Amino acid sequence: MQKITREMLIEKAAALIAEGKVNRVLGWKNGEFSYDVTPALFESVEEMQKDFVFGDFCGANFSKYLVKEAKKDGAVLVFLKPCDTYSFNQLLTEHRFDREKVYAVGIPCEGMIDVNKIKLSIGDGLLSIASEGDTVKVETLYDGVKELNRNEVLSERCLNCKSKKHVAYDELIGEDGEVIDSNRFDEVEKLEKMSADERFAFWQNELSKCIRCNACRDVCPACTCEKCVFDNPNSGVENKAAANSFEERMFHIIRAFHVAGRCTDCGECSRVCPQHIPLHLLNRKFIKDINSFYGDYQAGEEVGSRAPLVNYTKEDIEPCDAVKGDE
Amino acid sequence: MKKVLLANSSALFNAIKENATLYIPVDLEKGRVAYKKYADGMVMSDALKTDRSAKDFFFPQTENLMEFKVDGKNIEVIDTRSENEDFVVFGVRACDVRSLEVLDKVFLAEPVDTYYKNRREHGVIVSMACSRPTETCFCGTFGIDAANPQGDIECYKTADAFYLDAKTEKGKALLEKIAPVLEDADDTAVNEQKAEIKKILDKLPLKDLSAEKFGKDKTDEFFNSPEWKNLSESCLGCGTCTFVCPTCQCYDIKDFKTNTGVQRYRCWDSCMYSDFTKMSAGQPRLTQLERFRQRFMHKLVYFPTNNDGMFSCVGCGRCVSKCPISMNIVKVMKTLGGKE
Repeated sequence: MQKITREMLIEKAAALIAEGKVNRVLGWKNGEFSYDVTPALFESVEEMQKDFVFGDFCGANFSKYLVKEAKKDGAVLVFLKPCDTYSFNQLLTEHRFDREKVYAVGIPCEGMIDVNKIKLSIGDGLLSIASEGDTVKVETLYDGVKELNRNEVLSERCLNCKSKKHVAYDELIGEDGEVIDSNRFDEVEKLEKMSADERFAFWQNELSKCIRCNACRDVCPACTCEKCVFDNPNSGVENKAAANSFEERMFHIIRAFHVAGRCTDCGECSRVCPQHIPLHLLNRKFIKDINSFYGDYQAGEEVGSRAPLVNYTKEDIEPCDAVKGDE
Repeated sequence: MKKVLLANSSALFNAIKENATLYIPVDLEKGRVAYKKYADGMVMSDALKTDRSAKDFFFPQTENLMEFKVDGKNIEVIDTRSENEDFVVFGVRACDVRSLEVLDKVFLAEPVDTYYKNRREHGVIVSMACSRPTETCFCGTFGIDAANPQGDIECYKTADAFYLDAKTEKGKALLEKIAPVLEDADDTAVNEQKAEIKKILDKLPLKDLSAEKFGKDKTDEFFNSPEWKNLSESCLGCGTCTFVCPTCQCYDIKDFKTNTGVQRYRCWDSCMYSDFTKMSAGQPRLTQLERFRQRFMHKLVYFPTNNDGMFSCVGCGRCVSKCPISMNIVKVMKTLGGKE
C-alpha cells in the first residue's frame, strides 16, 4: 500500500483551498511528544506546514466535529480514515450536518498505535515514537532506544479493524481497501460464555472505575443530542457523579441502548476512556445481537439505511424469541 | 533521618497500620495504579503516579454532607460525618503534596470547610521522591522539587531501603510511634539519590517550560487573547482534565428526597460542563471557549491573584496523558506565553 505522508495531505489541502472548494481544514496537530496529537482546525496552508501531522497517533475521528463545523461559513476539508467514514454516513443519515458544507478526502489507514500499550510494555519516559515498517522505535528517557513489533502496540480497534473500505468521500488519496472479516466479536463471545454472575462481576468491576468524566459520550459520533439528559438540570436524572454502583451502570447502559443500531463501532469511547474501561464491548454486544436477530447490518454503511430497530418487517424475530437469556 | 530496609517493608507498613489506617499505591490490571488500604502481603507500586491523586482522601468525588429528617413541622438536621480515624497516605509524590497546599488555601480559608479540615487533621502524608520522573512531568515549572517532596514525612526509596525524614510535628509523632522498626541513618544515600534525580530532571522534555509570564494580576493580559479560540476549538467539553487534576476543587451540592427526609450531598463539578456555575440569573459561560478559558485562567492567573502568587497547577502531567484530544495546560502555556 502506498504510504500516505503529511506532505501529500498538505498538498491536497493547498489545492482545494486554491480552487476555493474549502476555506479551512480539519486535521491533526503535532504535540509535545509523538503521541499527543490534537484535532485542530487549520485556516491556511502555512499553519498546516507548521503543525499538521499524519501518523501513528491520528486516531481521532473527525466526523462528529462536522456537526459544529458545517454550521460555519464556507466548506471544510476533512480527512477521513475508513472507520471514520461510517460515522460520517451515520451522521448524514441522522441529518446532523449539511453534506454540501464538507469536502471529504478519504485516506487509507494502517492502524493507529495505542500509546498505553507502549507504556505497559516499556514503561514511562517516552521521548519519541516512530514507525518503520512493522517496527516501532521508541526513544526512552531511561533505556535508550527500544524496538517493538507494530502489531503488538496497535490499538484494539485497529487489530480488529472491520473495514479498510471508505464508504463516503469526495475523493480518495491512495487505494481503497476492503471490508474485513474481523474477529471483533470474539471478546463479546467470551462475555456471553460467562455465567450471568461472572458477567455481572466483570461489568461491575469495569464500570466501578468510571469517574463520570463523560469523555465517552462527548467523543461519541452517535451522541449528538443538543443537551444530554445527564447534563440537563431539569431532566430529573442529571448526574455528575455516580452515588452508587447502580448509577455507575445506569449511565453506561442507557448510553449503550441509546446508540444501539446507530453505533458504527468506531471505538472512540474506549480510546478516550481515562480509566481504560472496554466500553466498546457493550456496543458490540448490541451490534452482534442485531446481526443475529435481524441479519447483518452495519450502521453507516450507506446514507439513509433504516436500522433494523426502527424498521418493522413481518420477518422480524418475535420479542419472546429475541429474549434469549443464557440461563 | 531514619531508615527501614526494603526487606523489612512489611514490618514498616504493619507498624504504621497499628497506629492508623494505611493507604499505599498498588499496581492493578492494565497499568492502573490506585491507593489501597494496606493489608498484609500487599506490595507497594513503584509507578510514578496513581491514576487519581491523593486529593480523593481529603476531597472525595462524592460525599454526604448532612441529612434532614422531617417529622410534621419539625426538621432535624443530622450530621452524617463518620470519618474520624487517623490515616496515613504513603508514597505521595511532590506534585501531589503541593496540591494539598493548594486545596488548603481553598478549603481552610474562611469559611472553613469542616469536612475537608477534619480529614486534613486526621491524615498524615508520607511523600516519596521521584526517582523516575517521566516525559509529562513539569512540577519544576511551579517551583516544586521532585527530589525534596515535603509532606509530613519525606521518604526516599533507594535500592535497599526506605529513608524517612519527619518534616512536621505530625510526622515526628508518627515516626516516634513506629520507632521500633526504624534504624538511624545518615543522609549519604539520600543525597546521592537527590543528585541522581536532579540529573534526570535536567533531561526532561518540559524542563524549560516557564510560568513566569503568568501569575498574579495578569487577567487583562490573557483574558481576551485570540488564541483561546484555536486552543479550545476541539475541546470535547468532557471532565477528564478536571477529574484527574489534583487541584481542581469545584463541586456541586444537591438535595435528594429519601423516604424519611432529605439527604444533602456534594460531588465534584467541572468547569468544562455546560451547567457549571449556572444560576438563577442564567449562565455566565455559555460557550466551550469561555469554559475552557476559565479552567486555565484559574490555574495560571486567578488562583495566583487570590493566593499570593501561588499557581494552582502542580505539573503532575495527569491531564497531559489523559485528555482525549491531548489538549492541555502545557500547550496552553506555550501558546499564550510564547513558544520559548
